[in-house]
Amino acid sequence: MKAKVTVMLKTGVLDPQGEAVRHALGGMGFDGVEAVRQGKVIELDLADGTDQATIGEMCEKLLANTVIESYEIEVL
Amino acid sequence: MRAAVIVFPGSNCDRDLAEAFKAAGAEVDMVWHKDTALPDSVDIIGIPGGFSFGDYLRCGAIAANSPICQAVKAHADAGGYVLGICNGFQVLTETGLLPGALLRNAGLKFVCRNERLTVATEDSAYTRGYSTGDEITIPVAHHDGNYMATPDVLAQLSAEDRIAFQYCDTPNGSMHDIAGILSANRRVLGMMPHPERAADLGHGGTDGARLFAHLTESLVAA
Repeated sequence: MKAKVTVMLKTGVLDPQGEAVRHALGGMGFDGVEAVRQGKVIELDLADGTDQATIGEMCEKLLANTVIESYEIEVL
Repeated sequence: MRAAVIVFPGSNCDRDLAEAFKAAGAEVDMVWHKDTALPDSVDIIGIPGGFSFGDYLRCGAIAANSPICQAVKAHADAGGYVLGICNGFQVLTETGLLPGALLRNAGLKFVCRNERLTVATEDSAYTRGYSTGDEITIPVAHHDGNYMATPDVLAQLSAEDRIAFQYCDTPNGSMHDIAGILSANRRVLGMMPHPERAADLGHGGTDGARLFAHLTESLVAA
């Protein structure tokens, strides 16, 4: 089985990289880009039957820093 | 005094830190990240700067989960001293030994230069060689030194006098200009600037040497 974990900076945490991307898009002539948030996607190849709680533990302990980041798990 | 300096793959200030401890009179053991135990009777653990595990995932995240960090946590939980510098500070926030997190510099650039710092408290074994309000010059060299914490945590750090150093002119966007913070028991210090790079006349400055000298003095006396 596969799972996809999406990690994003929490709302309210300044994202200077996203802001730089937004600025670059504006400079390229793409108008109306009001905000850009940059995160990461982590794909996990897991033994069949791995439960959601275990994936959650992976996120809490390593994949995300929950002080600044939120995560979403999608089992594929 | 006996110091242990942790070495991760990608650490690059480990030997500088060891030299600074030695110059202050400490005996130093280098400890590899795969070790599970610290040498006996270690007084202080140094977590050095660098790019542990290539900064993969997040700075310090993989190092914080390496085998030796269980022993580092146990040492700190038992009231032991831990000094984390630069990447070491990032490791300490990732382990939860210090609150908050270090984000990408607000200006997005790697910043490598001397910075003026204010000693925000002299009340710790690390800062007792300075006076509160002293201005000192210590180099910084980091890409992710933008200290961030919730308003509650910031208020608590201020109320408990746990901000150790502040930038006179923040190079990275840190909240409250924070350059270094202490744990609640004041024995764990994390700081982005590199005192070990201002510890010898050959470095161009010695403002960092006082930190190591007084730390050694405190721990020998203790």
